[in-house]
Amino acid sequence: MAEETGVWLYAVTRGQITARLTELRGVGGEPVRSVKADDLLAVVSSVSLDEFGETALQRNLEDLDWLAATARAHDTVVNAVVRAAPTVPFRLATLYLGDERVRGLLVGYHDELGAALDRLAGRTEWGVKATADPDAFTLPVQQPAAAPAGGGAGTAYLLRRKAQLAAAQDGERRAAAIAEELHTALAQMSVAARRHPPQDPQLAGTHAWMVLNGTYLVDDPSGEDFAAAVRTLEANYPGVRLELTGPWPPYSFASIGQVRE
Amino acid sequence: MTSVEPAGERRIALVDLLDRVLAGGVVIAGEVTLSVADVDLEHVSLRTLITSVSAIEQQDRRP
Repeated sequence: MAEETGVWLYAVTRGQITARLTELRGVGGEPVRSVKADDLLAVVSSVSLDEFGETALQRNLEDLDWLAATARAHDTVVNAVVRAAPTVPFRLATLYLGDERVRGLLVGYHDELGAALDRLAGRTEWGVKATADPDAFTLPVQQPAAAPAGGGAGTAYLLRRKAQLAAAQDGERRAAAIAEELHTALAQMSVAARRHPPQDPQLAGTHAWMVLNGTYLVDDPSGEDFAAAVRTLEANYPGVRLELTGPWPPYSFASIGQVRE
Repeated sequence: MTSVEPAGERRIALVDLLDRVLAGGVVIAGEVTLSVADVDLEHVSLRTLITSVSAIEQQDRRP
């Protein structure tokens, strides 16, 4: 009995598939190929539904090793497509039951995909993460010279603790305000800008606050200026570290019309 | 692309990648796509997952 297969969709572009792409291995170690309809080209791999069917997928997506390998394979292919031509990346785990369904997508969404390709052409996504040093933002709490009148060590402790929490909250507010300024400045240099949820800073091995997990669509000729601006901004904001990531395929800006995100 | 990097040599942190491929990219729902394209990735508890991945990567980096 033939194994049940599905079609994993990496991205949509125009033109022909390149020889380089067909040499790549994608998700599940599968070869990369394409499905064509009119001027649009879907870059895909055939995958086994034993591993990529709905039930298996739900299970595998919760397996960190599988998720990491699959995400990297997806991105390797998407990145290769982007390097060759304007490309609309698809979300991880976009599968179809056959090539005809993929062709149906290309036909049914032809205009929207074309508009997205035109919007993303010549543009690159860059990430900027800002982390604030709590020690730089939290003003030290003054120790009282003497115990408060009518109170003992317990009261003094509680008052000090309350003051420390207030100082930390105040520091967080000021750091968040700076993140807003940074995002606004970076957005002004970009065609489009988005904020992802902050990543947990404790896992970076520090107690730093991640105040911005921004991502920016930048015209390619402005890429170097954007990187330089990130360095300048970091110099202008003591206590804040900026990390530039990329270049990324334009995942964060790949919406097409009235699509559920 | 402004910087020329051979594919496979981009240094990509997994958390940054997952931020993008799990929450970004085109999602198409409805009649055109059937079956697994509707897998709801929210079921995967994304932030918890990404947090766990970060922890694993951090462990891998320790000597």
